[in-house]
Amino acid sequence: MGALIQKSSLIGTRIKKLDAPEKAGGKTRYVHDLDVPGQLHAKILRSARVHALIKRIDTSKARELPGVHAVITAADVPYQRPIGVGKDHLPLKTDRVRSPRDEIAAVAADTVEIAEAALALIEVEYEDLPVLSDPRDSLKPGAPLIHPEPHGGDGRDSLKPGAPVAYAGKPDNIAMTFAYEQGDVAAGEAQSDVVVEDTFKLHYVTHCCMGVSGVIAEFDAMGNLTMYSNTQVPFLHKREFAEILSMDPARVRIIQPPIGGGFGSKLDIYPFEPICVFLAKATRRPVKLVFTREEEFLASPTRQPVILTLRSGAKRDGTLTFRKVETLHDNGAYTSWGATTPFVMMQTISSLYRVPHCKYHTTAVYTNNPYAGSFRGYGNLQSTFAVEQHMDKMADAIGMDALEFRLKNAQDPGEVTPQGMHFKTCGLKDCLKTAAQFSDFQAKRRANAANWKSPGRTKRGVGIASMLHVGGGAKIYPSDGCGSILKIDDFGTVTLITGASEIGQGSETVLAQLVCEELGLPMSAVRVVNSDTDITPWDVGVHASRTTFIAGNSAIGAAQKARVKILTAAGARFDMPPERLEMRGGFIVRADTGEALVEFSKFVRSLHFSDKAELVMTSFYYEPPSRHQDKEFKGDVSAAYAWATQVVEVEVDMDSGLVRLVKVTGAHDVGRVLNRLGIEGQVEGGIVMGQGYAFTEEMIVENGVVKNPAFRDYKLVTAPEIPEMEVHFIETMDGEGPQGAKGVGEAPAICVAAAAANAIYNATGVRIYELPFTPERVYRALKGLVEKLSWKAAA
Amino acid sequence: MSLHQEISFTLNGVVTQVSVAVEMSALDMIRTVLGMTGTKYGCGEGECGACTILVDGLSLNACLLFALDFDGREITTIEGLADDALGSRLEQAFATSGAVQCGFCSPGLVVQARHLLDKNPDADRGEIKRGIEGNLCRCTGYVKIVDAIVSAAAAAAEKEA
Repeated sequence: MGALIQKSSLIGTRIKKLDAPEKAGGKTRYVHDLDVPGQLHAKILRSARVHALIKRIDTSKARELPGVHAVITAADVPYQRPIGVGKDHLPLKTDRVRSPRDEIAAVAADTVEIAEAALALIEVEYEDLPVLSDPRDSLKPGAPLIHPEPHGGDGRDSLKPGAPVAYAGKPDNIAMTFAYEQGDVAAGEAQSDVVVEDTFKLHYVTHCCMGVSGVIAEFDAMGNLTMYSNTQVPFLHKREFAEILSMDPARVRIIQPPIGGGFGSKLDIYPFEPICVFLAKATRRPVKLVFTREEEFLASPTRQPVILTLRSGAKRDGTLTFRKVETLHDNGAYTSWGATTPFVMMQTISSLYRVPHCKYHTTAVYTNNPYAGSFRGYGNLQSTFAVEQHMDKMADAIGMDALEFRLKNAQDPGEVTPQGMHFKTCGLKDCLKTAAQFSDFQAKRRANAANWKSPGRTKRGVGIASMLHVGGGAKIYPSDGCGSILKIDDFGTVTLITGASEIGQGSETVLAQLVCEELGLPMSAVRVVNSDTDITPWDVGVHASRTTFIAGNSAIGAAQKARVKILTAAGARFDMPPERLEMRGGFIVRADTGEALVEFSKFVRSLHFSDKAELVMTSFYYEPPSRHQDKEFKGDVSAAYAWATQVVEVEVDMDSGLVRLVKVTGAHDVGRVLNRLGIEGQVEGGIVMGQGYAFTEEMIVENGVVKNPAFRDYKLVTAPEIPEMEVHFIETMDGEGPQGAKGVGEAPAICVAAAAANAIYNATGVRIYELPFTPERVYRALKGLVEKLSWKAAA
Repeated sequence: MSLHQEISFTLNGVVTQVSVAVEMSALDMIRTVLGMTGTKYGCGEGECGACTILVDGLSLNACLLFALDFDGREITTIEGLADDALGSRLEQAFATSGAVQCGFCSPGLVVQARHLLDKNPDADRGEIKRGIEGNLCRCTGYVKIVDAIVSAAAAAAEKEA
């Protein structure tokens, strides 16, 4: 009789990241560390002006510099097309610059130093145009227009005649608008016993990935393009590059070396990427382009800055009646994902709590400022900041406890919101109760508020905020799928080939874990391949907290096929029905007794040497049960939704305005904990990113110019400043989730600023509507030196 | 061409002679001349700590040093810690404690932690946090980095006892 193997599970255990030993030992090669033989180095000349016409570019001196292989301007790439979400800018600008980041020329040279020296030799003559730097001015009559004329390439060399090659231009500065409505806000307001209205101002911050942007582009002899890229969307990238180059997408290969941080910054295509490709094409050499940190601050995306006016109402019994929101999004000079954050913002407005009547409107306007991309949380930090401050204000106005008020309006499982979201699992009430209980929120809030008038330099405050975010993929594109290939070699090693990208979040490890769980194998038995579009199956990219859910379900699908195949073969071998067999601990065992029949590796080896073993499985998780929003933004966009509540405690120095974040108690509905080590890291890292957003980080933009493009002046949170963090996981076991799990990547960053605002109010009796909570801003607010913000769209 | 100078130093225990441009930074030399890429460029101005190395046992930012500053010195990079008891213990602890996410800051942090525990083997959490203040991490929120350093220190102490 064989050994007895007990049932065991990896789910919920602490599993170290597969790539961690390499990374900790400095052996991981990021794009910055790669060199391709024969490679040239590229640098980009950016605009010396904020908004100007380009009257003349003279590259002749730069071209003559020894070691320079190519100098290109828009004139050299007539085939270029507008890129990005809004398709409103060319990689190399033609006759106009709209932002200091704008790309005018680029050089490929033997060394970085020569490329830099060549940039200095390029002469550009500008004719300045008036600068538009305040989004509130963009809509005023007579405002400078940012895109007054069509601009683009001429379509020469295009393999697709008729495909758009230019941006049509805009007669005004409106890049995008969004309007959503449910119920009748006027009726809701008429039913209200309390109505509050405030304007909130959310600032510029940027991702600050520790690895700066970089890319290597190379054409082979057949004209096929290979890119070593940090992108979060390799398959969408393939398509976009194919379009830009008028070539067949099949001839574009994207290799993703390990990525030094993403957080949403790498979801769009940015000018430096096609520019590097243009240089590779011009020189017929591999070309590498890596940013400096200063360039990273100037020319990588930001979080969307927003001015938001919120009007909310409630009845005396604590029932929410309506919400009306008008936002002004500073689109910057071009349109990337930041402009589309209303998709997420309106979900928080309409559905975090039950509100019968809602009206949401956003105007995204062009300015000469930096343009925003997607950034962990995707607009949700901004709308939660406003919504949760109003929850506190209304609770106080009707004299209801802030927790009770939220519980009264919190969503329940099974709810379908007026916007169409279906909450099959919903742990919001558990999140609220858990975070409040473990932080002693209610008692502390009462005690702190009673302390406003008492003397003392230091005041304590406690604040609460909750959040709702997609947790089961997001129907942004027509499909939200991910494919998997799973192969088992003759030594029993399983290789999962997945479309999902690893950006440090640990997807590779969690996918391996899900496969091991299905196949009863130790983590050491699985490899993950996830970095080459010539090999990996299709996926829409790493965004929207979707990877564990979508790619996880896809990987499980492939592993289940393998299990069925192997157990069927084992049933035949051991003359038992397959359903009475299981895979445990690297063995095939009898399900009833646990008796080991054969080692997994030995058995699959025997299968390889029999005929038709076919130990290659494919699987797609193409269509989670979610639904695209209709034209009115109604729809059930995610297969599952994530919830969280965070209670933050602060200490305010009344003399200096310095606010110390003391503690964050979080309760997160994550469906189910898969890798405990990984999920704790996601939540802790997200909280500290939220802390930076709330307290220390600000990209200072004056008249279109970034004034602090360096870590010296852009303050990231450092180790001594982190709060104590206590995190509780609420396991709602989502029916569609992989092993019950929901997405968590973005969630932890979302509540911190909102809860901190409530905590500062609880400490001081002063409410602050603008971020970040720097000592100066807090001090001014404490001294009553802040003018009340207001902004409304012109009727 | 720029002025070059011959320098000689010990790199991870190996005597190294190299001719470098006088204006080259130590970080550039390590990465491009010597081809050792574990030491990372994060900011180039001493603010992020991704390029932390040991120079005569002292932790420094390679981006703030000239290559010429290495002349006659003993240099240890992350690659040199593979054979070092405390260094490899730290690398293991970083992996098992969940201190690594994107991993770009990890080599600099391991080197800094090696320096910290070398000087103060009994460092408590507060001292560890202050000791890694000059190393930025955007992913982890630092908790698990501190955990890793604490557990490596404990393992080292156990070994000693």
